[in-house]
Amino acid sequence: MTDLTKLTLAEARDKLRAGDVTSVELTETFLKAIDEADALNAFVHKTPEIALERAKAADARIAQGDAPDMCGLPIGIKDLFCTKGVPSQAASAILEGFKPEYESTISQKLEDSGAVMLGKLNMDEFAMGSSNETSVYGNAINPWRRGNDDAALTPGGSSGGSASAVAADLCLAATGTDTGGSIRQPAAFTGITGIKPTYGRCSRWGVVAFASSLDQAGPMTKNVRDAAIMLEAMCGHDEKDSTSVDLPVPNFEAMLTGDIRGKKIGIPKEYRMDGMPAEIEKLWAEGTEMLKAAGAEIVDISLPHTKYALPAYYVIAPAEASSNLARYDGVRYGHRATLAAGDGITEMYEKTRAEGFGHEVQRRVMVGTYVLSAGFYDAYYNRARRVRTLIKQDFENVFAQGIDAILTPATPSAAFGLGEMTDADPIQMYLNDVFTVTVNLAGLPGISVPTGVDTQGLPLGLQLIGRPWEEGDLLNTAYALEQAAGFVAKPGKWW
Amino acid sequence: MSIDESTAAKVAKLARIKVEEEALPALAQEFNAVLGFIEQLNEVDVEGVEPMVSVTPMRLKRRVDVVTDGDQQDKILSNAPDAREGFFAVPKVVE
Repeated sequence: MTDLTKLTLAEARDKLRAGDVTSVELTETFLKAIDEADALNAFVHKTPEIALERAKAADARIAQGDAPDMCGLPIGIKDLFCTKGVPSQAASAILEGFKPEYESTISQKLEDSGAVMLGKLNMDEFAMGSSNETSVYGNAINPWRRGNDDAALTPGGSSGGSASAVAADLCLAATGTDTGGSIRQPAAFTGITGIKPTYGRCSRWGVVAFASSLDQAGPMTKNVRDAAIMLEAMCGHDEKDSTSVDLPVPNFEAMLTGDIRGKKIGIPKEYRMDGMPAEIEKLWAEGTEMLKAAGAEIVDISLPHTKYALPAYYVIAPAEASSNLARYDGVRYGHRATLAAGDGITEMYEKTRAEGFGHEVQRRVMVGTYVLSAGFYDAYYNRARRVRTLIKQDFENVFAQGIDAILTPATPSAAFGLGEMTDADPIQMYLNDVFTVTVNLAGLPGISVPTGVDTQGLPLGLQLIGRPWEEGDLLNTAYALEQAAGFVAKPGKWW
Repeated sequence: MSIDESTAAKVAKLARIKVEEEALPALAQEFNAVLGFIEQLNEVDVEGVEPMVSVTPMRLKRRVDVVTDGDQQDKILSNAPDAREGFFAVPKVVE
């Protein structure tokens, strides 16, 4: 008998349609797999009752015919998405006990399409982190290991629980969010596919805000076809998010022809960083050859302001975070500190936020407060926004030269060990996003595709960056890369 | 520029995050590491470049200025740490 957990979204969809399996059977199989995988700490709030109820409804809908693609397919939802009546904590102590009275637009759209929510997934606190080590739930663990070494590795972050769960076959797919690389980096660290669509493709309503001008949701899946299927279900205009764009959503799956003949693929010289590991360089060169062999034209390009993307990001993202996280004041929801006699409202705010926010979140809120404070606003915040304009112009210039997509490494290394970066200064951790953060600053779509393994057997990914709103074309290029790379490795089950 | 402990204390105050006295030196040091990294932006010639306001050039959608929801006091208060008589309760603000 087929192991149902190994199916892709597309295969499971087809089996449901053919009547080979029911959504209830699929859902029960995944609920069991989740219960057996507590060692991965990926699912942090399990919702088996909701899952089975939706699975039954999905089976009925499929039986009537005309059900959407996602109908009956069990998925996980990142804890950043507000889900009605289900804890939604953004992995923070400050939202302990918070059960939203509403549903985020994305999770609602997935529910409306018949997808089955299995539970909520671990992540870095408020999506601030690259290793899932800032979570109030504790670390999510990567199902991959270095050969026979049983040292626990990070699944990346911030969408670490989503990545771990998909890679370990605990769900068919999961939602993620990406502010500086939080979908693409964990996808690369776990050998799965993750796409961050163009800023404005997916509604941000009901997604706990980190940096509003950068945040985008996207799917994390086992392959490119699944990413196309799930992305289509997530996209679309939402009147509750005025930055969500009112453009038609194409049938992305239908655009996966694998034909990229004549496409111009840019290779940016600035991404060839000093000290880049030879394995990453090799992976990138191989990916370039694969696209060339598939008929694409390879063009050397320059994105001159790349070096300044991370510093600009570490002004803009904390600035926006300091504003967005001002709402956690102990008044309307979540944690409130126990007050001492004589404490007033200021002490309530200060103690609540000191107790409720973890170290990294506190640091970013304070950095953001500093760069926005009187006397520094121009020197830091406005300067960073000017640099952001230049970074976007870099991309506009190469697209104007006819470049269709840009190929880069997804991450500067394979997954590292949990705790290995503890003593490093914060900048070392921030460097994880060096290849991905430019894409958020420019609002572009970017996808991470697994294309190889390192000498220790850990997965490595490449990133493709596309033109704004052309996710369909980007997915097709990613599909061609995936076909050529033929990445099929899976982590051995140890949990 | 370098951040000293008194600046760190001021920033913590502005951010409404209580930081104990003994934690200030380490905090100032962390700020300096991050700000040192950010200083690279000073190398960029930004003369005549507009600060980005919106990454996607688009005119925000407008809608008719009407009430779209409301009358859900219970829902709004349901997650409050302290709610009384239909209001959020906080420590005394005005003497």
